[in-house]
Amino acid sequence: MTRSQSTIHGPILELRKLTRTFGALTAVNAIDLDIAEGEFFTIVGPSGSGKTTMLRMLAGMEQATSGDILLRGKRINDVPANRRPTCMVFQSLALFPHRTVGQNIEFPMKIRGVDPAKRKERALQLMRQLRLPENYYGKNVTKCSGGERQRVALARALAYDPEILFFDEPLSAIDYKLRKTLERELKDIHRETGKTFVYITHSLEEAMVMSDRIGVMQAGRLIQVGTPNQIYSTPTNRFVSEFIGDVNVIPVHIGPNGKLISDDFAAEFSVPKIPVGFTGGHLVVRPEFVRFLGSGDASENRLTGRVYNEYALGSRIQYQVRVGEAVFIVEKLRQQAYTGGLDDEVAIGWSGADSILVSD
Amino acid sequence: MAMLRQPGPRNAIPLMLLMLVGFAAPLLAVIGFSLVPARSFSLWQMPTLENYAGVFSGTNYISFVYSLVFAALTVIVLAVVCYPVALGLVRVFGKWSMFMSLLFTIPLFVSENVRLYGWVLFFIKNGVLLGTLKTIGIEPESWLFTQSIILFGMVYVYLPFMLFPMTLGISMVPKETRDAAFDLGATRWQVFREVDLPLSMPGITIGFLLSFVLAVGAIAEAKVLGGQRIIPVTHDIEIAFTYAQNWPMGSALSVLLMLVVGVLVLVVLRRFDLDTILGKK
Repeated sequence: MTRSQSTIHGPILELRKLTRTFGALTAVNAIDLDIAEGEFFTIVGPSGSGKTTMLRMLAGMEQATSGDILLRGKRINDVPANRRPTCMVFQSLALFPHRTVGQNIEFPMKIRGVDPAKRKERALQLMRQLRLPENYYGKNVTKCSGGERQRVALARALAYDPEILFFDEPLSAIDYKLRKTLERELKDIHRETGKTFVYITHSLEEAMVMSDRIGVMQAGRLIQVGTPNQIYSTPTNRFVSEFIGDVNVIPVHIGPNGKLISDDFAAEFSVPKIPVGFTGGHLVVRPEFVRFLGSGDASENRLTGRVYNEYALGSRIQYQVRVGEAVFIVEKLRQQAYTGGLDDEVAIGWSGADSILVSD
Repeated sequence: MAMLRQPGPRNAIPLMLLMLVGFAAPLLAVIGFSLVPARSFSLWQMPTLENYAGVFSGTNYISFVYSLVFAALTVIVLAVVCYPVALGLVRVFGKWSMFMSLLFTIPLFVSENVRLYGWVLFFIKNGVLLGTLKTIGIEPESWLFTQSIILFGMVYVYLPFMLFPMTLGISMVPKETRDAAFDLGATRWQVFREVDLPLSMPGITIGFLLSFVLAVGAIAEAKVLGGQRIIPVTHDIEIAFTYAQNWPMGSALSVLLMLVVGVLVLVVLRRFDLDTILGKK
C-alpha cells in the first residue's frame, strides 16, 4: 500500500459534476472527485482529454460551465485565481524573464507587501531547499538551465505559500535523465512541505513514480481513479490498460461453450471468473506475466509461435512472438533471458489470474 | 590590400561604393556646408561656426523648439491613444494582431499631403463638418489653422508608426506569464505594472523612437492644416535652401537636428539590446 493520506484527512478539494463546454465540445464532462489533504494526486490523459482545462478551472483561470469546486467545503467557483490559496506551475514555467531568480521567487511576497529583508530571507531559504546555489539570487532567470528554471518556478510557487499546488506538465519538455531526477525531487519536496499537489501529465509512467493516487482522463471524463498499483493491476477499460507501456490487448468474445475465444490467435483463453453479462471485449495480458514454456510445463493459457525479434530495454528484454499473423509481446528480466534462437518455435503461457478482462 | 582577396569584402564593394556616394557624401557635404560663411556656395573656404551661432542669436531656435515640443506632444498623445488600441488588437485577434495593426498602415499608400488636404476639406468653413452643422443652425469657428489641429494632424499621420511596434511589443508578452502573476496573487493593475508594461517595453520604446524621429521632421501638417501657425525647423531648413539661398544656415540647422535625434536614438537604444528584443520571437 502506498502512503496514501486519504484515510487520515478529509478532502481539501471536492469536485461536484464539474463541467466545461466550449461550443459543442464538452472538454470536461461532469467530473466528481475528492482530493485529500496532503495528497499527491495526478491526472493522466492524452492531449485533448480535458486535463488542462480541468486544472485551469481548479486554479481559477477558467470558468466552470456547471458544477461546483469546493475548497474545504466552501464553494470557490467565483473566487478569481489571485484570491485562491492555490498556485500553478505552468508547462512553460511562465517565469518573469525580466527579473532575477531572487525577484521571481519573491514576487508573490512582494505582491503581498512582505518587507524586503524577510522576502530575501525566505527566498534564500527556498533556494537552499530546492538546491539552487545562493549566488543565483541575482542571476537573470533567462540565463538559468532548464532544470534550474524548473526549481525557480517551484520555489516561486512555494513562496506564495499555497494550500494546493497545481502542476501543468512542467516536466514534459525536459530530457529523460533530468526528468527522472526532477520527478524524485518533486516527490521529496511534496513530502517535506506536506502540501497537496495536483499534477497533470500525459505520461502514466511519470504519474506512477510520484503519485499517491492517479486519475485517468479520457475525452473529458475521469474513467478511473486509484493508487498506482490499482491502475496498473486492475485497469477498468482497454484505454487505461493500454496507457501503461506495452501490453497485449486481445479481442475476445464468449463462445458457445461459455469460454473466451480469440479469433486473432484462434485459441481459447481462461480467466478465473467471467463477469455476469460479459459478451465480448478485450483480454489484457502484461508482457512480464508471460512465461516461455518448456516441453513439460503446464499452463492455463498456452500459445505456440515463433520468436520474431528481441529488444533490449535496460534491465529487461522484450520479445516479439508471432503466432500466425498475430503479434504477442513477452518481457523477461535480463537474468532470465530467452536462450533459443530467432524463428525457433516456442510455447508461451500465462496464468489466468494474471490477465485482466475488460468489457470494451 | 589583403582584405580584398577575401570574397566577403570584395563582393561588398558595389554596395560600399553606393553607400559612399549616395549616403556618406551628401551627409559630409551638408556638414561641410554648415561650416562655411553664410550665403556662400563653395565648400573650399575657411571653416567657421558663425552659422551655428546664428541659429541661436537669430529666431531659428524658436522653430527648433516648436519641432521638438510638437514631436514630444505627438509621442505622448500617440502613446495614450495607441496603447489601448494595441492591447485590444492583441487580446481580440491574438496571433493575427500584427496583421491587423499592419492594416493601419494602408493610408500610407496615399500621399501625406493628399490625406491632409482631405482633413482640410473636412474642417474648412462650409466643408464637411461645418457645412453639415450649418444646416442645423450651428456655426462654430473652424478648427483649421490652430496649433491643436497641427498636433491632431501629426498624431493622425504617425499613428501607424506607434501602433505597429506597440502591438508587436504587447503580443510578445506570453499569456501564461500574465496568468502566473495573477495566480500568484497580483491584482489586474499589478499584473499590468509588473508584467505587461516591462515586457512590452521594447515595442513601446521602438514606437516612441520611431514616431518621435518622424514627427521631428514633420512639415506638411503645419503648412496644410496649421496655415503656418507655427514654423517647424524643417520649414526653416527648406526656406534656407530655397528662397533664402542660404545653404550654410540650412546645413547648420540640419546638422543640429541630426545631432539631437542621433543622440536621442543612441541613448535609448543603448538601454535595450535590439538583438535580444528581436531574437526572442
